[in-house]
Amino acid sequence: MRVGLLGLQGAFLDHIAHLHRCGVTPCIVRDAQALSTVDRLIIPGGESTVMAKFLEAFGMRGPLRRRIDDGMPVWGVCAGAILLADQVDGHPGSLGGMPVAVQRNAYGRQIASDTHAIDVPLLALRAYPAIFIRAPRILSMGDAVAVHACMDNDPVFVQHGRLMATTFHPELHPGDAFHRYFIDL
Amino acid sequence: MAREQVNKGFAEMFKNGVIMDVTTPEQALIAQEAGACAVMALERVPADIRKDGQVARMSDPAMIQAIMDAVSIPVMAKVRIGHFMEARILEALGVDFVDESEVLTPADESRHVDKSLFKVPFVCGARNLGEALRRINEGAAMIRTKGEAGTGNIVEAVRHMRAITEEINALKGLDDHQLVQLAGELRVPVELVRQTRDLDRLSVVNFAAGGVATPADAALMMALGSDGVFVGSGVFKSQNPPRMAQAIVQAVIHYQDPVRLIEISKNLGSAMIGLENSALDVKMAERGV
Repeated sequence: MRVGLLGLQGAFLDHIAHLHRCGVTPCIVRDAQALSTVDRLIIPGGESTVMAKFLEAFGMRGPLRRRIDDGMPVWGVCAGAILLADQVDGHPGSLGGMPVAVQRNAYGRQIASDTHAIDVPLLALRAYPAIFIRAPRILSMGDAVAVHACMDNDPVFVQHGRLMATTFHPELHPGDAFHRYFIDL
Repeated sequence: MAREQVNKGFAEMFKNGVIMDVTTPEQALIAQEAGACAVMALERVPADIRKDGQVARMSDPAMIQAIMDAVSIPVMAKVRIGHFMEARILEALGVDFVDESEVLTPADESRHVDKSLFKVPFVCGARNLGEALRRINEGAAMIRTKGEAGTGNIVEAVRHMRAITEEINALKGLDDHQLVQLAGELRVPVELVRQTRDLDRLSVVNFAAGGVATPADAALMMALGSDGVFVGSGVFKSQNPPRMAQAIVQAVIHYQDPVRLIEISKNLGSAMIGLENSALDVKMAERGV
């Protein structure tokens, strides 16, 4: 299985060791041609404005949206979750596909970033130290969206069909539970 | 420990991106629109600091605040080396990252800021492995080459990036006794040297800075192992800042693809005017070792 890492900006290389341990082949995706060769895609943490701009500029937005609509599994991490959201800060999202509304930088600037212990029953994780970095907040979502974990009352790990989103950063944690779940999705 | 993880993790999010110096909210918006992953708010770009030759200090907090209000991407700002009070002010202001920078006039000739006492993350410049590890040991969450800021001359950034890479390569052959000896020479704990050897890289993100003036410069630094690029004077001292900014961002994405780099490099207008090293009165890179 070839798992694409959207390689336009951000922490995509941080997923490689996790994917190797899961026995799948990582593939950096920087254009539509590379996108057509992968079986699923991780949209990494980074700056969502930068990734959105170059998805469009390099002609990848349309092809990626079509792959999403055709059922390719995609995991959005933090900025990636923002790209997958149908609504961002009250406006249509740049990529979309997941019926959620998010607010960018909702918890404040970097000084407010922190690690929070969350329970993820789906993955048998208790008090998992989730790392939130200038994280988005999921404000609302469609009926078909499953919530797998919350921090206080905010959903932080959600799934809609074969799309999943985490507003925190499992790639910065040594464990592979989230990656294993994603490659089985 | 948790704070360190959150701050080092934040620096990971800048990777494969470009951080641009800006002096006004208008420039910050141009940088954001061009695809910068963060901006550095300062009153004068390094080329002007160099030309003016005056004491250079932390920028006016009102000016930094105006830039924070203008853009949604992270905002960094600079403090003088060792000036922990400027750092306290920037932390209270809420900037996302503090650059303890040799581009400003040093405030303390023997001590850097004890960055482990802060909640806000710091980036520091380094010319070699010793400087990089000392800054990490003081709590820096990110390292950049010093290069020679405000010159538009890439030679010093190349020298610093190559020095760090070669010194890390040389760690491979060392036994425990030699590691202890080297740690003593570098004035850092041996655990930090051992960790660097085992990782085969610095334990924090390492960007290129100081002299990047063209897309080719940015691609060169990526090819030499930089995690990303700072552009100081290179954007807003060029003839067409929006185009140059976007071209440098694209060059960082596609640095392995020379054919794309042709298109990226075309018709950008003139780059900033460069200064030869031998013509410099002040070598900023020699500050804060």
